[in-house]
Order: sequence, then structure tokens, then C-alpha cells
Amino acid sequence: MIHLTILVVDDELGMRMAVCRALERFVVALPDVDGPVTFTIRQAGSGEEALEALAATPADILLLDHKLPGISGLDVLAQVAEKNLDCLVVMITAYASLETAITATKRGAFDFLAKPFTPAELKAAVSKSAKHLILQRHARQLAEEKRQVRFQTISVVAHELKAPLGAIEGYLYLLRDRPAGNEWSAYEKAIERSLIRLQGMRKLITDLLDLTRIESGRKKREIQEVDVIDVAQAAIDGVTPDAKQRNIAIALHAPDKLTMTADRGEIEIVFNNLLTNAVKYNRPDGKVDVTLAADDGRINIQVADTGIGMTPEECAKLFNDFVRIKNKKTKDVLGSGLGLSILKKIAQLYGGDVTVASQADVGSTFTVVLDRAAAAPAQTASVSA
Amino acid sequence: MEQTQKTVMLVDDDRDYLNLMQMQLEAAGYKVATAESEAEGEELLRSLRPDVAVVDLMMENMDGGFVLCHRIKKLDPKIPVIMVTAVSSETGIEFDAASDKNHTWFKADALLTKPARFEQLKREIERLLREYSS
Repeated sequence: MIHLTILVVDDELGMRMAVCRALERFVVALPDVDGPVTFTIRQAGSGEEALEALAATPADILLLDHKLPGISGLDVLAQVAEKNLDCLVVMITAYASLETAITATKRGAFDFLAKPFTPAELKAAVSKSAKHLILQRHARQLAEEKRQVRFQTISVVAHELKAPLGAIEGYLYLLRDRPAGNEWSAYEKAIERSLIRLQGMRKLITDLLDLTRIESGRKKREIQEVDVIDVAQAAIDGVTPDAKQRNIAIALHAPDKLTMTADRGEIEIVFNNLLTNAVKYNRPDGKVDVTLAADDGRINIQVADTGIGMTPEECAKLFNDFVRIKNKKTKDVLGSGLGLSILKKIAQLYGGDVTVASQADVGSTFTVVLDRAAAAPAQTASVSA
Repeated sequence: MEQTQKTVMLVDDDRDYLNLMQMQLEAAGYKVATAESEAEGEELLRSLRPDVAVVDLMMENMDGGFVLCHRIKKLDPKIPVIMVTAVSSETGIEFDAASDKNHTWFKADALLTKPARFEQLKREIERLLREYSS
């Protein structure tokens, strides 16, 4: 329920009483607003009194007579604008001249009510103002929240990019100044590290773009029948060269056929993230088991590794944006800290979730559950990130 | 230049910072030993007595550098320690090695703010080596 205060400013007592009576039990129901909007009516007999009342207690809507004994309605309007008061002004005037209307609009009046008016006209004007005011405040609040989130994201991204940039810059200065002489081999490490840091930056940017696309819901999703086994196999093929280098065996356990209604690109991101992690954080000669199963309209994807594992505290923060588990065991592993948070968001798009069970130095098992039909056309409209 | 080659111990969890400082210190004639964590730093101290230590304040554990600093001074108070930190730029906390209030618990001989340029670090190392040898 929303409650608004109206201040009626008119030098005629009869007029003020009439307005009070008309609005006494007035209730407005607005679409997109929870509960009814109700009003408290206050009165002022002059412009000076009105400004005093506003200074003491703010009002939401001002029903302001143009012709007042002391300062005029337009002067009051100018003061309201100057003080930047969060209130809408409806000018009441018996002399509805074009000139007054233009001046009032310029000074920020929201609406006009010509005397004499009926209770219905008054109520219509108040409804319109209330609606405008509530939507305006709501929009302002949303914009502020959006600004905050945006600011936070930009700060983190800037920080994440500053570190590799600093390193690469340092290495380039080194190459330029060549303190270790002119032998190229002395600088191999500098070049190698610069390339690694650049790769990290590229990965961060790609992941950020994925995340933004998913969160904004702007990306056109191509919902189709997706062969999940095929996607899993492609992701396995993708990490096989890295796995072979460290002698990590990857096994796929799946039924003969497994499909779901989905955007193939999103399911690819899920498998790529799971498998890249399972190899990256594994030990040499380790193994990865990918198990696919379906039941009750849901698909279970399980990826188990024999890697470094995590403590319960580390698991708890794993799916947040920009979280990387930093310790001795992970210091050589590059990552943007966004992969698992992207994965979780995709799982949620499919009415599912991702969970992890892990034991330090033994391994981690990630389980993703997806609703096979969540993205089916009939439901796409209700799916949002 | 130094008559005998001096050994600098560098401890920092930023591997690139370690690489950059190591390459430049070596080019300037120092012997350099590096560690990427407080634990590695302690490990290193078992086999090495550096002439000067450069320690990052915030590593894996937020105060890892402080603890390591204490260990070094306990091992040998004659090893000068330079603390390097990005703490001011990252947290806004200001502190000053020279103030009396901080000096009682702050065991380092000098404090450098990251990103510290190599010339700055080298100057501090040279100054402390001179100071400790006289």
C-alpha cells in the first residue's frame, strides 16, 4: 500500500473543503503497483502558508490555486522547482489563459485543473498525478540500483584488467631497456609471461561478454532440440590436448540417446566450463568422469575429477562473480573467476541449478541439473536471467 | 658496486612482480632468491641468510607479510626488511612506518607502496645495506 499526501492551496475555504470532501475516501488502484494508493489531505490558505507547510512536512502532490492573496501560485511553483522538492504540482485556475499555462509548464507544473471542476475531474487529475509520481519514483529507484551494480561491476573489471596490464607494461619496459643485455634468451620469461597474462585478459573479456549476454537476455536464443551427448563429446574433444599433456583420462558415461530443448550455445558453455575446470584443477595422471543421465524430465550432468579439491569454505563462495580460489595449488592456474558464475546462471535459465561436492586433495564433483523442456517455446516468454 | 655479491630475498604472491624485480636486480649485480608465499618464504629462510629482504604485506593470508617480517627479524635483527604493499591503494588504510605508534609493532625498516618502481626499490635496498653495514 502506498500513501500520498496532498496539499490543497486555495484562499477560498469553501473550495478547500470541497476538495477535501471529494478526496476524503478516495483510493486509486494502479497497475504494476502492489495494493491501493490512499491520500491524506492537508490545506493552506495562501502561498506563504503553503511554502511554510512544505518546509515543515513534504507533500507529494500540490493542488495549487493560481490566484492567491499574497505571492501567486506561479511564485509558489517557482519555489518548489528551485528547492527541488519531490512533489508534483497541479495548477488550479479560473483564468485558464494560454499565457498562464505556458508559464506554469515552464516552471514545472505537471497538470492543470480549470475552475469550476467536478469531483470526477478532480479525482481524474489526482489519479493521473499519483500514477506519474509513483512510476517516476520507482524508475528513479531502479536507475539508482542499476547505477550501483554497474559501478561495482566496472570497479571489479577495472581491477581485474589493471593487474595483467601492469605486468605486461613492466615486461615491455624491460624489453625496451634490456637491463640484462642484448641476448634475447634473457627475456624469454618476460615474453612468455606477457603472453599468458594477455590470454588471461582475453578470457576475462570473452567470459564477461558471455555473462552480459546471458544476464541482459538480449541475445537471441535459438531454441532447438539439442543432442546433449554430442555437445559433451565436443567439449571433451576440446580439452583432450591439454588432458593428454598431463596424462589425464576422460571417460564419458551416457545413455544411447539424450536430447533436450535448449540453445546449443548455452549447453556448450556449461560443458566447456565443467570440463576445462576438471582438467585445469586435476593432478597429473588423474581422471575425469562425465556422467549423463535423465529422469523425470530433467537432465543430470555430473563431472567428477581427481584434482586438488576444495574446502567447504571455498565451495561456499565458488559460484559468485569473480571468485577465484587462491592458494598454493591454484597459483599456476589461470581463470577469469566468471566461469562458474556463468554456469550457474545458465542452469537457472533452464530451471535447474549447479552444486558441488568436494574434498581437498581428493577431487570435486560438479552436478548440473537442467529441465529438459524449460526452454521449450511455450515457456520462453517467462524465462529471464 | 658491492665488493661481494649481496643476496636479496623477494617474497610476493604476484609472480610477475617477482620476475620483473628479479631480472632487474640481477642485472644490477644482486643475487636474488624468490618465494611466492609466506610459507615459501619461511622455507627459504632455513637455507638462506639474505642480506636484505623485500616482503609483500598482503599475500594469501592478509597479514602474511607482517608475520614473515617478524620471523626474519627474530632470526636475525640485522637483516633489513623492506615491506611492499598495495594496501593503501586497495583498502584506503594509510600507515606510516616512521610514526612512533606504528613502529612498535611494525618490524620493517622501510615501506614502499605498490606499484613501486624498480629504481625506488633499488635505492631503498642500497640505503639499508649501507646503513646496516656501518
